[in-house]
Amino acid sequence: MSSSKASAAAHQLEHSDGHGSGHENETYLNNGYGWKSWLFTVDHKRIAILYLISISFFFAIGGAFATMMRLELATPTGDVLQSDTYNKLFTMHGVVMIFFFLVPSIPAVLGNFLVPIMIGAKDLAFPKINLLSWYIYMVGGIATLAVALTGGIDTGWTFYTPYSSAYANTYVAAMTVGVFITGFSSILTGLNFIVTIHKMRAPGLTWFRLPLFIWAQYATSLIMVLATPVIATTIFLVGLERIFHIGIFDPTLGGDPVLFQHLFWFYSHPAVYIMILPGMGVVSEIIACFTRKRVFGYSFIAFSSLAIAVLGFLVWGHHMFVAGQSAYAGIVFSVISMMVAVPSAVKVFNWTATLFKGTIELTTPMLYALNFIGLFTIGGLTGLFLAIMATDVHLTDTYFVVAHFHYVMVGGMLMAYLGGLHFWWPKMFGRMYPEFAAKFSAVVVFVGFNLTFFPQFLLGYMGMPRRYHTYPPEYQVLNILSSAGASILAIGYIIPAIYMVWSLKWGKKVGANPWDAKGLEWTIQSPPTTHNFDSIPVVTEEAYAYGEEDSTHQHGQKEVSVVR
Amino acid sequence: MSAEHALPHGVPPPTAHHFVDLHQQEESEKLGMWAFLITEVMFFGAMFTAYVVYRNLYPEAFMLASSHLNWKMGGANTIVLIVSSLTMAMAIRGAQTAKRGVMLVNIVLTMLLGATFLVVKYFEYMEKWHHHLMPGPSFDTEAFGVWGPQARIFFSLYFAMTGLHAFHMVVGLGIMTWVFLKARKGHFTPQRYVGIEITGLYWHFVDLVWIFLFPMLYLLGAHYGLGAHT
Amino acid sequence: MSTHTHSNHVLPLSVYWGVFFALIIGTVLTVWTATIDLGKWNLPIALAIAVTKALFVILYFMHVKYSTKLTKLFVAAGFIWFLIMVLITMTDYSSRGWL
Repeated sequence: MSSSKASAAAHQLEHSDGHGSGHENETYLNNGYGWKSWLFTVDHKRIAILYLISISFFFAIGGAFATMMRLELATPTGDVLQSDTYNKLFTMHGVVMIFFFLVPSIPAVLGNFLVPIMIGAKDLAFPKINLLSWYIYMVGGIATLAVALTGGIDTGWTFYTPYSSAYANTYVAAMTVGVFITGFSSILTGLNFIVTIHKMRAPGLTWFRLPLFIWAQYATSLIMVLATPVIATTIFLVGLERIFHIGIFDPTLGGDPVLFQHLFWFYSHPAVYIMILPGMGVVSEIIACFTRKRVFGYSFIAFSSLAIAVLGFLVWGHHMFVAGQSAYAGIVFSVISMMVAVPSAVKVFNWTATLFKGTIELTTPMLYALNFIGLFTIGGLTGLFLAIMATDVHLTDTYFVVAHFHYVMVGGMLMAYLGGLHFWWPKMFGRMYPEFAAKFSAVVVFVGFNLTFFPQFLLGYMGMPRRYHTYPPEYQVLNILSSAGASILAIGYIIPAIYMVWSLKWGKKVGANPWDAKGLEWTIQSPPTTHNFDSIPVVTEEAYAYGEEDSTHQHGQKEVSVVR
Repeated sequence: MSAEHALPHGVPPPTAHHFVDLHQQEESEKLGMWAFLITEVMFFGAMFTAYVVYRNLYPEAFMLASSHLNWKMGGANTIVLIVSSLTMAMAIRGAQTAKRGVMLVNIVLTMLLGATFLVVKYFEYMEKWHHHLMPGPSFDTEAFGVWGPQARIFFSLYFAMTGLHAFHMVVGLGIMTWVFLKARKGHFTPQRYVGIEITGLYWHFVDLVWIFLFPMLYLLGAHYGLGAHT
Repeated sequence: MSTHTHSNHVLPLSVYWGVFFALIIGTVLTVWTATIDLGKWNLPIALAIAVTKALFVILYFMHVKYSTKLTKLFVAAGFIWFLIMVLITMTDYSSRGWL
């Protein structure tokens, strides 16, 4: 490199450290105005924002359905809703929350935004396919909502046959179209991430120098690509059965409803790992930053993500222990289900070891990460009760199951999503959220969440079945606690919605690295430019190199040299 | 630093802005197509699974139903697709060896063969329709005696799988039209032919699915005599 | 960074024609063996022929034999996952009558 190029490179490096964030430099947000520049963008960061808005919208809708359900369940009799309406509500709550919130959330928002930056690339491998992903999501979402608003379905989000394929009087076929379309959004996102992570890592960024968030996204993408096509075909077959009575899932026509369950759960079980793995990746990043330590057992956590992805494909039959599946197959599924808890436990142990003797800073992201570790552990452990066939016979289809999956999904995944949003918010928008309101909300969410869902473990153990809008009066006290908790939880979600939007205009402006964190994303300005990096960085140090030169506190300078 | 020779008119710009160089772009495009084909394996695979389950449960019904399929048309279509895979591979070879004429001729041949497949399929489906073998209210369960419902399942899987396959062929023909137009303008050179290469991967995959579908669906009826009830 | 786009491995025409004839022969074989009642052997034979044909297409027409290890891993993974789905589902169906 000639000396003039070297000084130009050093000049660029100076500018990319964020000191220039005070004056109006170009960011991805102001690079082009108007709706066309957003709706026809191929910038992964703008697409992430598009997803952020639409996912928040669907979360609100799913939450509204849940609110109505908990309102009904505060009393033992059916005095708020008719049973048909209640059936539609729990179905749509599940469909919206799973397919339109949980599955896309971290990958489509944080993943889209951060994956290229964390690996030192200027965009994902296929930016146009990324935009197409969002459009497919929107088309699927609007189709699903249209069906919901004109009558919806009442089959449960699990679409069990033959009720869904032959007997339901609701718009099942139309709904299968909405879900079918949406699946492709997932598939394309996963495909994009896999190719990007394989082929576009910056020089020096070997697999074992990657942030654990990338490992988590990679494992998630493997599942998206391998599992989602199966549900697409399955739901297509349900549609065919509904319209042409082909008999494939209908016992009166020679079919086997359990076959539907095999094909459905082949996707839907790995899908829960699609939902949780990115959250685990976020937790790793937050824990490292706010203990100022390298994550303990980095390679164990990396490999455990892959192990969860692979093992997660071998356990689907644990949803079918009482469905008519053979007991022998059940034994195999049960044993492997217990094994799949191990890599998750490995992560929890490693995070705990990271916390030990770390310099812990209880910022809002850290509060959410700690929420995750505790609540996910409870959710995960209760999964074991369900994995063991003998106890599952008692607990299946009760509120125990409902509590279990809400602990892992809401207590786990949603906490991680909120933690991640808070952690990377200053990077995405160059603005900080108000810390007191944020911490307050994190505590409100924790209290509200436990009050809502812990009583449900007890209800389930005592025998209250799920998917009923009425119940025997002896369950009322716990149900009231649960509904009260839901109202508190709702407040815990509404407050961040307000202050996050508020912060966009009035939040404190921040530079490139307000958290003094390690990671390529913290070496570029906040918000980033459209192309992320002026020149592709060369990585020479391990991930989470905290404590190396920290005592002199160079403001977020990672060891990068510039190429070209 | 990639070697960029002066490119002839009509050749697209070498590298998209987000890629470091042409090598990274081409490797990504190929890996992307392979990742997509894996999703297709699982997509068709779910129906193959349903087929395996029901064939296992109702072997006699499947044999009887299969003997109603026209194995000669199915077999002819198998040959058609194999030839089209050859011509597709030759087209790519034409790009690799800078023989534009070879490339163009073989693309057109592949498309003609693909269209032939679809025409044969059309006649096959029409035949099924006339014999009341399409699942739905008109399905002729009596023709299968006690195995009526199970035969209906066989034919549902037959139409779903071959229908999905035919849909993929139609999409393939669309992609090939695009490839032909690009090839005519000289877009594919020995230095840069990833576009036609990944199209070839897609086309070969469609052939692969048929390689399994043909024996699974058409050749079960030996017990009754192949095609005995067509 | 390599200046070649990739290995640009041009297969000789003889390979393409050889694979083509192998595929045609395989098709003829599969029809012929289907006309003979070999009892429980019909299925494994048909599968073996189909898998062999598929391997020819994959390794030669799709150039996987000359591709990177990553490509081979992807191809293997696809088929392994399909097998997981079919075989484990069949463990249910085949063991239902055991009790």
